Order: sequence, then C-alpha cells, then structure tokens
Amino acid sequence: MGGPFSFRRWARLFADYSIFLEGMGITLLVAAAALGLALVLGIIFGLFSTSSLRPLRSLSRVYVEFFQNTPLVIQIFFIYNALPYVGIRMPELLIGVLGVGVYHGAYVAEVVRAGITSIPRGQWDAARSQGFSYVQAMRHIILPQTITIVLPPLGNQAVNLIKNTSILALIAGGDLMYRADSWAANGTLSYGPAYAVTGVLYFLMCFPLVKWVRKHELRIKNRDARAPADIPPAEKAGA
Amino acid sequence: MIRLNGVCKSFGNLEVLRDIDLHVAEGEKITIIGPSGSGKSTLIRCINALERPTTGEIFLNGEPLLASNHTQMVRMYCAMVFQQFNLYPHLTALQNITLAPVKLQKKGRAEAEEIAWHYLDVVGLREKAHVYPSTLSGGQQQRIAIARALATRQKILLFDEPTSALDPEMVQEVLDVMIRLSQEFITMIVVTHEMGFAKQVADRVIFLDNGVLVEEAPPGEFFANPKNERTRAFLSKILH
Ligand SMILES: Nc1ncnc2c1ncn2[C@@H]1O[C@H](COP(=O)(O)OP(=O)(O)OP(=O)(O)O)[C@@H](O)[C@H]1O
Ligand SMILES: [Mg+2]
Repeated sequence: MGGPFSFRRWARLFADYSIFLEGMGITLLVAAAALGLALVLGIIFGLFSTSSLRPLRSLSRVYVEFFQNTPLVIQIFFIYNALPYVGIRMPELLIGVLGVGVYHGAYVAEVVRAGITSIPRGQWDAARSQGFSYVQAMRHIILPQTITIVLPPLGNQAVNLIKNTSILALIAGGDLMYRADSWAANGTLSYGPAYAVTGVLYFLMCFPLVKWVRKHELRIKNRDARAPADIPPAEKAGA
Repeated sequence: MIRLNGVCKSFGNLEVLRDIDLHVAEGEKITIIGPSGSGKSTLIRCINALERPTTGEIFLNGEPLLASNHTQMVRMYCAMVFQQFNLYPHLTALQNITLAPVKLQKKGRAEAEEIAWHYLDVVGLREKAHVYPSTLSGGQQQRIAIARALATRQKILLFDEPTSALDPEMVQEVLDVMIRLSQEFITMIVVTHEMGFAKQVADRVIFLDNGVLVEEAPPGEFFANPKNERTRAFLSKILH
C-alpha cells in the first residue's frame, strides 16, 4: 500500500492533472474578479476616509471595521446559507468574488487611506496655492505619489486574496483547493500528493506577484538616479 | 491689488491674527517681519486662501475672496513660494513648472515648456530641467519652486520665509533671484528674516507681533527710527 506519498498515489494524480489545472483556472478567475472589486471598493472608501465630509468618513469607518473584524468564512457562509432564506441565491463563484472582494476591499481602503495621509501637507498647500481644486490636486499631485507608496502593500493584499479564495472549497466552489480536496476524497485517498501539488500551484500564482512587487519597489528607489534627457540651448540673455 | 479689512483668524481659542487692515498697491514690494508665532505665515496663507479668515474681508484686484470663488481667484492672481519648497517629488523640475500652466491655464505643452525654459534661465537652472527634486540642493529646489511660481505669470507673488530652511551658503543664490524679480512690476509680499533684503528691496516693511500689525513704514524709516516700542525691542534683538 505504501505511505501517503507512495508512487501509486503520485501516478494517479498525474493521470488526472487536468482537474487541477481547471481548478487553478477557476481560482485565477475568481481572484482576478475579486481583486478588481476590492480595488474599486478600496479606492472609493479610501478616498471617503480622507474626505472632509464627516458622513463619508463614518461610512468608510463602518465598512472597514466591520469586514476587518469578522472572519471571512462567516461572510461567505452568510451569503451561501442565510441569504437564500430571503430569496437571494447566487452561484458559488459569484459568492467567492463578492465575499473575497468585499473583504479585501476593506484592507485596500486602509492601504489607500494610509497612502494618501502619508503625503505631506505641503503638497496640498503647493497644489492649492497654484489653484488646483480638491479633485485636480488629488488627481495630478496626491494620487500619483500615493500609487508608488501603496503598490507594495497592494501586492501583498493581492497575494493574500489569491490564497483566501481557497475558502471556496468550503462551499463546493470548484476552485483549485476544492478540486484537489474532492479528487483526493472521492476514491483515490491521495491526500498527500494532492495537497502538495496544490500548494505548489498556489505558490506559482503568488510568487511572481511578490517578485514583481519587489522589483517595483527597487524601480521607484532608482527613479531619482535616472539620466537627464535633452536640454535645448539657452535663450539669449535679457529675455 | 490686495486689500485686507479687519481680518481676524483663530485656531480654536488661539487668536492668531487680530483685526489686520492692509492695502498693497499693484507692483508694490512688502516684507513682513516679526517674532516666531506672530502670525506671519497665517497672514499670507489667508491671502491665497490656504486659510480662511474667521472674520474680515480680503479683496484681490477689487474682487472679494469668498469660499465659493477662492480656487478661481487664487488660480487667477496668486503664486506662492514656501519655506520647505514643496516641489512635486514625482515630477521633474520641468514638469513641476509646466503642470499648472498645462492643467489649469490650458496651455499647450510646447508653449508651457517654452515658458518653463525661460524661467529656468531666470533662476539659472536650465541644466537641471530633467532631474527630480530629490537630487537638487535646497537652494536649487527653492529656485525651481520660484520658477514654478513665476511660470503661471500671476500678479501676486507670496514668499513665506523662502531662505530660512537653507544652509547659509545657499541663501544668497535664492536672494539674488528674488532681488532680480523685484525689478519687475509684480506685487510681492515676502515674509523674511533677511533684513538686508528688506532694506534693499521693500517699498514697505510690516512688523507683526502677537497677531497685531504693529508698525508699517518704508525700510529707511522703519529701521532708522521705529516708532513702536515693540518694534524697537525686536529690531535690537535681531540686528545685534
Ligand atoms: N493649522 C493650525 N492649527 C492650529 N494652530 C495653528 C495652525 N497654524 C498655525 N497655528 C498657530 O498659530 C500661531 C501663528 O502661526 P504662524 O505660522 O502664522 O506664525 P509665524 O509668524 O509664521 O511663525 P514662524 O516665524 O515660526 O514661521 C502659532 O502659535 C501656531 O502654532
Ligand atoms: Mg511662518
């Protein structure tokens, strides 16, 4: 029979590899959609939280605190098990996108808020003293500086988000984790290889993102050393 | 060009400006001096709407500065140079200078850059056009900030202690630029501790103490025989 990692178990797994690839495809799809949703929500609520209007700030606070202080699994189970009683029934993948997207949106909102408030007050002063409106200052001066600051923490959020989509396994979501688990459970009992390969596949999805984040951080650091471009000759004195 | 009628400003319980009346004609050069915390920065920040007076009125070119129009008014009339330069760090020197002309004054990029090159020459930093602010010395950053302020061609230029964050050896290069500017028909209000500059350039010197406009006079008179006791005390402290 052999242990949990016997040769026979590995052979079965490689015979059924397409199940794992399909699962990975679903996971990527859900992760991409959830990330999109998290970014949209995070930017909106992040801007709200730095607004001078108190109701917007409060709204943002409630959203962030609620989703940061309750487990993702409750939110998912709530949509999956409780909402059908009020007639709201959604496909598992949509639940994954909504649940994970809204959950991480709260974290993205905090990242965006921290990014915006880290811009020194002098930048606002300079922008307002030139006659930029609030929205124009945000767009041309504050947000471009914020983006370089928030990209690394956003990358980390994206990695967490990919990993958290595995929660779909709990509601039969058809994602990578679910496929691996049910493949092992239904007859083959090859849990060892199934989880090992699944771990490697998650690693392959996350690691490039981590790499990219690091490279981006370096690029920003080196930006200041960029070489100057063309400089036209000086105009005649006395202009 | 600038008129303040009974301007008061409080932050909470702290009264920072008390009943300031001031009239500055077009083309006039004013320097404001006074002890730390006397409200000098707050006064010029009120003029370009970075702060709102608690009571009192401000007129620029005869038009009242209101909550509803201040962005437009500032865009039309004012430019400011800060103690800490406040250049936009994500933009090159040239882009710092062209941003407002392109985005606010709707100038074409080519035209805005032509203007920018001109003012880079005025401050003597043409060769620094394509570098980012963080690679410039303090004095160079401040000269770029002055070029940025000039490039919008406003009638009013406000300076808040433009040389006090600089190492001593860089102060003169910035003052030289400002002295050259003072020959133009621009209205300038300069908060400064550089008494030499005040004597050489100012049409009027204003002394602010504890939020009160204590004394204003042409520099000759102001420095030679100040009328107010507090002015005398302040001058004797900084001139010796
Ligand atoms: N945004 C603010 N909130 C609360 N208090 C403020 C604010 N800005 C300024 N003050 C206070 O108002 C007073 C006047 O400040 P201001 O910066 O106008 O003085 P100043 O004459 O420019 O001083 P300095 O020479 O040190 O620059 C100070 O006591 C300062 O602490
Ligand atoms: Mg000040």
